[in-house]
Amino acid sequence: MNATNPDAPERSEIENLLPWHAAGTLSRRDAQRVEEALARDPELANRYAQVRDEFSETIHLNETLGAPSPRAMEKLFAKIDAEPARRQAGSFNLGGRISEFFASLSPRTLAWSASAAAIAILLQAGLLADIALKETKTSGYETASAPTTDPGVGAFTLIRFAPQASSDDITKFLTANKLSIAAGPMAGALYKVRVAVTGIPKGELANIVKKLQEDKVVDFIATAE
Amino acid sequence: MQTTSDEVLIARIAGGDRLAMQVLYARHHVRVYRFVLRLVRNEATAEDLISEVFLDIWRQAGKFEGRSAASTWMLSIARFKALSALRRRPEEELDDETAGQIEDHADDPETALVKKDKGSALRQCLTKLSADHREIIDLVYYHEKSVEEVAEIVGIPEATVKTRMFYARKKLSELLKEQGIDRGWP
Repeated sequence: MNATNPDAPERSEIENLLPWHAAGTLSRRDAQRVEEALARDPELANRYAQVRDEFSETIHLNETLGAPSPRAMEKLFAKIDAEPARRQAGSFNLGGRISEFFASLSPRTLAWSASAAAIAILLQAGLLADIALKETKTSGYETASAPTTDPGVGAFTLIRFAPQASSDDITKFLTANKLSIAAGPMAGALYKVRVAVTGIPKGELANIVKKLQEDKVVDFIATAE
Repeated sequence: MQTTSDEVLIARIAGGDRLAMQVLYARHHVRVYRFVLRLVRNEATAEDLISEVFLDIWRQAGKFEGRSAASTWMLSIARFKALSALRRRPEEELDDETAGQIEDHADDPETALVKKDKGSALRQCLTKLSADHREIIDLVYYHEKSVEEVAEIVGIPEATVKTRMFYARKKLSELLKEQGIDRGWP
């Protein structure tokens, strides 16, 4: 008898992930869980062998299906040629152009550019710090009602991003929801994210959290002080 | 050598770049065709649909936001086209679900031979699955789509994706058992 209870929900959950493990499409965390379970449960390893058979034969079957004839492509381009011409000059797709520009760089060029950019940022940070110090030294007093850029002002949430979310996904998520990262990463890979530049009622903040929670990029979210 | 990403190609297509369309077509048309063919089970229909799918890609390229992989987006379009074509079929033709229960090849399965060749039996049983089960098995194993991507393509919750995959595999085991191959599961 196995040490592991075959009826345990954990076992069933892991078993359901086997097809994706065979295809290599699980997140690193889930793949690790499956690997550990396979190592300690021979019955599960047997099932995994069956999954691998299915995987292999599905590929075999699909590969015997052939391909469309060149007629399909001719037909497609005849239809495309009949379409109204696009306004290339009028449509300025900034995102597309930026990604096209980076895609055109070789990995080495990209690495050098990244290093140069990092140095430039460090220099800039140094200059800004210097300016800030000088201003602190020269300034007298400030009234309590003076405008502030205090990073602690506003409404915040704590977010842990999903492990499979790319930096591109996260940037898009932040931009689309008009969010900015105020601090982090903190313990537990949490980030303090500003959702509004001024304080907002708790109910409104809870609604924002609820909405953001639905995004795939978010693994965990909670309101923050 | 570097290859242009699908996302960059789609951005160029949105600007009317015909060459980018040719590259994208060359890269994906076979897989998309096979996905459609497994759904509609008719080569001529699948071939017609391929032009329609890629024409939609040409037309909708400007709307592609890159939130999912380009191949996931293309398979979603292909699935929509295939299901619409199945709905357009005359009533006397088989509906999708009925067609899903029938084997691809009309000749009798040579059970004795099948018993010797488990792989061939598995392939034969894969063709006997219902359309829903064929689709999910293909998306996971052949098109290498994650749970989240399958959910997006098929338009069902992620939990349902896992359940449907479980039942597809269970049905596969039952079909194999009918062929004399007992996998000891379920």
